[in-house]
Amino acid sequence: MSLTNEQIQNKLIEKFGDQLTGFTEPYGMLTFEAPKDLNLKVLQFLFDDETLRFRFLTDLQAVHYPDDKQRELAVVYHLHNLEDNVRIRFKVFTDINTPDVYTATQLYASANWMERETYDFYGVNFVGHPNLKRILNVDEMDYFPMRKEFPLEEQTRRDKDDEMFGR
Amino acid sequence: MSRPVQFNITPKPIDYNGHISMVGAPEGHTGEGFFATKLSEVVGLARKNSIWPLPFATSCCGIEFMATMGSHYDLARFGSERLAFSPRQCDLIMVMGTIAKKMGPVLKQVYLQMAEPRWVLAVGACASSGGIFDSYSVLQGIDQVIPVDVYVPGCPPRPEAIIDGLIKVQDLVGKESLRRRNSEHYQKLLDSYGIQ
Repeated sequence: MSLTNEQIQNKLIEKFGDQLTGFTEPYGMLTFEAPKDLNLKVLQFLFDDETLRFRFLTDLQAVHYPDDKQRELAVVYHLHNLEDNVRIRFKVFTDINTPDVYTATQLYASANWMERETYDFYGVNFVGHPNLKRILNVDEMDYFPMRKEFPLEEQTRRDKDDEMFGR
Repeated sequence: MSRPVQFNITPKPIDYNGHISMVGAPEGHTGEGFFATKLSEVVGLARKNSIWPLPFATSCCGIEFMATMGSHYDLARFGSERLAFSPRQCDLIMVMGTIAKKMGPVLKQVYLQMAEPRWVLAVGACASSGGIFDSYSVLQGIDQVIPVDVYVPGCPPRPEAIIDGLIKVQDLVGKESLRRRNSEHYQKLLDSYGIQ
């Protein structure tokens, strides 16, 4: 029989208790949240457990919520169980002033470049990453472009007319 | 027994009606067995009808360039028969497509490897001014890193527009003075880009 979200949730609660919160199922995909110190333990548990078997990291990215103080940067992991075809989402929130999150590169090799991209665009510092430097942007850039405080348009253009762009 | 040919049997005289332009001789003095003209005219005529381009095609404009090099909109009939992908062997660098800020130094390096005389054609809105990508990662026009001779607007420009750009480059090449590359004005232009 196939693995249901109920079973996954029960196994997680049995192992970690009430440290995991926010179990929701938007569009049928189980989503939960963990404190940032536990992110490696949760990933390892989901990898090792013989019924859960979430052994494929589909995506790793971040979201910037400028209004939730103390919880501004969310690092989101999307995992996939290839044998039972089940996906799961797992979020870790961190403060924007100390954006340190443990790296998942020991467990998943694909997390290497995905964490570099998350660092490049949001500034999340992955503790223990072998090569954390900018991957897609110019190396000398000193800001993090996808954060909400950063303006969308290029600031050095002088020819854009404000009234034609509705400002 | 094969069917006899039914098409194109009696050749028709082709009606040019001014549609085909031929390259005429430059102005000069003709005599019995000699023709005297200015060196810059002859050199200009030779250079403009054999421009070897370097297609620096990055994105969608590169596809339009591929169409321009095809047989329907033939770019080779203007002399650009040999596309060199090596900057050491070409005269004109055609920058087609979005150039990101990370690509800027690479483009400058390719431009520096070209030998004088060299021309630059910026094809498309992204190469001319950043196009619709007004963001942190796109270089807002390649004229921030290299001096450009002709800009072809369009997103993407039709092959006819790219050919029009090449014809304008040909006009520039044909009328260029032989001393331009050593002149102070040109040196100042290159210095403003940081190119020696």
